[in-house]
Amino acid sequence: MQRIGVFVCHCGSNIAGAVDVSKVAEMALMEPGVVHAEDYQYMCSEAGQAKIAAAILEKSLTGIVVCSCSPRMHEATFRKAAERAGLNPYMVEIANIREHCSWIHKDMEEATKKAVILMRAAVAKVNLNTPLQAGESRVTKRALVIGGGIAGIQTALDIADAGYEVDIVEKTPSIGGRMSQLDKTFPTLDCSACILTPKMVEAAAHDKIKIYTYSEVEKVSGFVGDFTVDIRKKARSVDMNKCTGCGVCQEKCPSKKAPSEFNRGLNTRSAIYTPFAQAIPNVPVIDREACIKFKTGKCGICSKVCQAGAIDYEQKDEIVTEKYGAIVVATGFDTIQLDKYDEYAYGQSKDVITSLELERVMNAAGPTHGHLERLSDGKAPKEIVFIQCVGSRCADDRGKPYCSKICCMYTAKHAMLIRDKYPDVNVTVFYIDVRTPGKNFDEFYRRAVEQYGVNYIKGQVGKVIPKPDGKLLVQGSDLLDNRQILKEADMVVLATAIEPNPDVRKIATMLTASIDTNNFLTEAHAKLRPVESPTAGIFLSGVCQGPKDIPETVAQAGAAAVKAIGLLAKDKLMTNPCTAQADVLLCNGCSTCENVCPYGAITYEDKEVNDHGIRETRRVAVVNNALCQGCGACTVACPSGAMDLQGFSNRQIIAEVDAICR
Amino acid sequence: MQELINRAKELLADGTVARVLGYKAGDLPYNPEPAYFESAEELKDFVYNGFCGANLSKYMIEASKLEGKTMVFLKPCDTYSFNQLLKEHRVDRDKAYIVGVGCKGKLDIEKVKKQGIKGIQSIKGADITDDAQILTIQTIYGEKTCSYGDAMLERCHVCKGKEHRIFDEQIGESKETKDAERFAEVERIEAMSPEEKFAYFRSELSKCIRCNACRNACPACSCRKCVFDSNKFDSSQKANVDSFEEKMFHIIRAFHVAGRCTDCGECSRVCPQGIPLHLFNRKFIKDIDELYGEYQAGADTDSTAPLTDYTFEDAEPSIVGKRG
Amino acid sequence: MSLENKEFKPKIVAFCCNWCSYAGADLAGSSRLTYPADVKIIRVPCSCRVNPMFILRAFEKGADGVIMCGCHPGDCHYSTGNYYARRRMTLLFSMLDYIGVENGRTRVEWVSAAEGVKFSETMNSFVEKIYSLGENVRLGDLRCKS
Repeated sequence: MQRIGVFVCHCGSNIAGAVDVSKVAEMALMEPGVVHAEDYQYMCSEAGQAKIAAAILEKSLTGIVVCSCSPRMHEATFRKAAERAGLNPYMVEIANIREHCSWIHKDMEEATKKAVILMRAAVAKVNLNTPLQAGESRVTKRALVIGGGIAGIQTALDIADAGYEVDIVEKTPSIGGRMSQLDKTFPTLDCSACILTPKMVEAAAHDKIKIYTYSEVEKVSGFVGDFTVDIRKKARSVDMNKCTGCGVCQEKCPSKKAPSEFNRGLNTRSAIYTPFAQAIPNVPVIDREACIKFKTGKCGICSKVCQAGAIDYEQKDEIVTEKYGAIVVATGFDTIQLDKYDEYAYGQSKDVITSLELERVMNAAGPTHGHLERLSDGKAPKEIVFIQCVGSRCADDRGKPYCSKICCMYTAKHAMLIRDKYPDVNVTVFYIDVRTPGKNFDEFYRRAVEQYGVNYIKGQVGKVIPKPDGKLLVQGSDLLDNRQILKEADMVVLATAIEPNPDVRKIATMLTASIDTNNFLTEAHAKLRPVESPTAGIFLSGVCQGPKDIPETVAQAGAAAVKAIGLLAKDKLMTNPCTAQADVLLCNGCSTCENVCPYGAITYEDKEVNDHGIRETRRVAVVNNALCQGCGACTVACPSGAMDLQGFSNRQIIAEVDAICR
Repeated sequence: MQELINRAKELLADGTVARVLGYKAGDLPYNPEPAYFESAEELKDFVYNGFCGANLSKYMIEASKLEGKTMVFLKPCDTYSFNQLLKEHRVDRDKAYIVGVGCKGKLDIEKVKKQGIKGIQSIKGADITDDAQILTIQTIYGEKTCSYGDAMLERCHVCKGKEHRIFDEQIGESKETKDAERFAEVERIEAMSPEEKFAYFRSELSKCIRCNACRNACPACSCRKCVFDSNKFDSSQKANVDSFEEKMFHIIRAFHVAGRCTDCGECSRVCPQGIPLHLFNRKFIKDIDELYGEYQAGADTDSTAPLTDYTFEDAEPSIVGKRG
Repeated sequence: MSLENKEFKPKIVAFCCNWCSYAGADLAGSSRLTYPADVKIIRVPCSCRVNPMFILRAFEKGADGVIMCGCHPGDCHYSTGNYYARRRMTLLFSMLDYIGVENGRTRVEWVSAAEGVKFSETMNSFVEKIYSLGENVRLGDLRCKS
């Protein structure tokens, strides 16, 4: 028989405000095995933990139940407290009477009744708990960063500077990401390339960093500390070791009609190309879809002009398999597709562009060499309209429900830069709200309005109509003046919502990292563990976790690096002891469990058993505790009940069911 | 029958097999029972007739543990069960010498009795070599007749086929006996209102005396120790007989064999209370066929079982309410 | 003895996987999104840990409804657990329906860690359904002894 202590937390008024905590403690004493019950203001506090420890020692408790917040919050805290007092940490169960009770039930009597039932279920379970010992697993001291934008670069640099090996896997031919496409950055207006390229160079030169560009993560197996990852190095058709990056091949390439990804399709590039001049590595790739040699078998000019003999048309995709202890996701974002927003005439008029396209137009290396001009006729615009929140904060399924966060600031930046460089151009911004929380952000926006005379109109644009003369008619409303506005513009710029890189879903599935309805990766805790995925060993860097600007991204990248370093610094990890175990006397050896195990943790052995006097050799299931992650699929597949899960055993769960239905 | 005995004698004599698993007569003319024969001498008690419905596959679990090979007589439908047991590593192929016996449908004495034929003394026309369409039954009230087809087990009317799925040799021809739709009865129940369904199963299941005959006969119920006999699922450590398992027995049993049940019909055949237990298993089979693609347990030894398989597009559980 | 006067308070068991749905329930809680106190949650590591026997056990012990929540298909923390759970529950629910137990008493919903709103809405609609079905009398004893 267990000697159980029940500790009911008030959580200030969070629990005590809706649940009669002393009643829960009083009722606990009536439960079988309970020899001690008390309530306290904050069980998770040092004083609360001391109370638990004292009771464990004084009353020789063999198990405890803490009625408090979610086990996802403080189960680890209370387990550690119990362990310090000499109790096996797996003799601790949590009754979640905050998130699942006091916070959602207003009626005190009802909430108290429910809290008592949740307490009973936890007591019933802990009555059947057995002490469990965590095993150990090793840590591979190498990290993988998926995505080579500013988030991935910063994370890799920070991990490498701490002395650990890091690999960056980047899908495109160069690292740099979205930031490399930006012209200037808010709120300081420094040139994006000027601050990014040194970091790219630093990453490439770092002896601890290995960069796989034009590569993708293909397969991930293993678990925290010991991931095995297959990386597909796509055939570049250029030998990385031989290429000197002279650029002659790109110059001479006769196929120059492929849309430039880097310039958002606003101009074209050659079939053999580096995305931009400062690309790292400065080694081109052949776009096999566009290459004449690959399409017709004839041409081969690049090979002829390459003095280094680096061109290799026979090159094949290569799979590299590496082991990692930690994985950081830094897959970034893209702007949403605008095909559901016909009203803005994007796609109908070349002069309606997205803000990211405007970045390229304003950039000296862009399609217009930095001259602000209409893409339809190359004329200088006199009247530019910016439309904010295109697809952001959208109630219907055309866009995104969230605020993309960066648009207010970059629109102010664009407006300001245009007014600065072309004072004769009128700039109008239609907005729903202008959101400028951030250091020097509101000052920046006010400068746009007050110093640069940007015309901000609170209201939405209903329609943009391309006119036969090439001008654009913008129909909007001014909510402050309560009037309709009809405005002729030469250019319309859409502050298009951002969304996580579409590849992230595939990657999240491989990593078994959870993802929210908007495809942002979920953090382990919204406030307290914002750079960790709930999946151990997976960390989040940058916009893959939620919309962010550059300084926030860099800050999070550093934070993710620190978390990864914290993991890599360990020689061994404690493994989850809640793994499956087969009862050899009940096991039929039927292989059903093996068929549902996602980790290949179950094998079969011929074992000598003594079944109530009958000695025989039987084929029985054996679980590898280092591989088992404790999902429990095998326990249900097993017809005889031989397979059970420690910490969530059949009897424990049934005891909970019984307690709830009592 | 003589052909089977002769072959058994030969294989025993040349040492191919150490024993023969067949049937011997019971105390009544219609209840032969499974038996081992280890010599030509013992084979004088060997019988094989239309009442030898018992599926001998399950006996091969124990026979696999014995020294030497066991010669076993399997009907086409029994070979599915053998395959399924082989797939689950419960029988040893090398320990079995399988004689696939031809089948022209097995008999159900209850069907005969239902026709008012009582006081049975002997039955003619049930031997496997007989091609009789009519059973001639000697009773204490005189001679009666009954058509063979009318006396067949339910499962033979929905026969899976004449083909032996696994065998070392075959003896005798099989006859097509299928003359009914396998899922007709399940469909009839599905079409009922919830109240009618409940009333139907309530009346059927209330007959259950928990004798465990179904579980003992079922080749899929082959666990070394049944969950109902262990305390793995009971927090109360088996305090009383009116336990959870007791109440949920048939549903749980059906679930445990779902995707593994070959629809051999032994459960219904052996039920002393005449409960159509196969209707539970067949419901699962029908659902599996409809939702996850046709699957016949025991048709082979390497296909993935439906409950250890999945597709991303699988139906959601809410389909149950939508199918009506 | 007038039982009719006694207000029907259903017993509802919700099995929630640790990684998505339990976290979704936590989010519903921290977002103060209410649902009736009749729902009691049991935490399991994965929906694939839910044995049909647990569900039958709950009904046998007097539960009026049982709901199982897991990660969305494709998002299982253990990659494939919810796929197996989906097949198991589909077959179990179909069997219960077949023996005349009202289909509304069982449900599976996929709720992610970010879907506090969905969790609360799901529980509200499930509880409403159970109220409309009333007390569970049929599943108390599946052997149906009268």
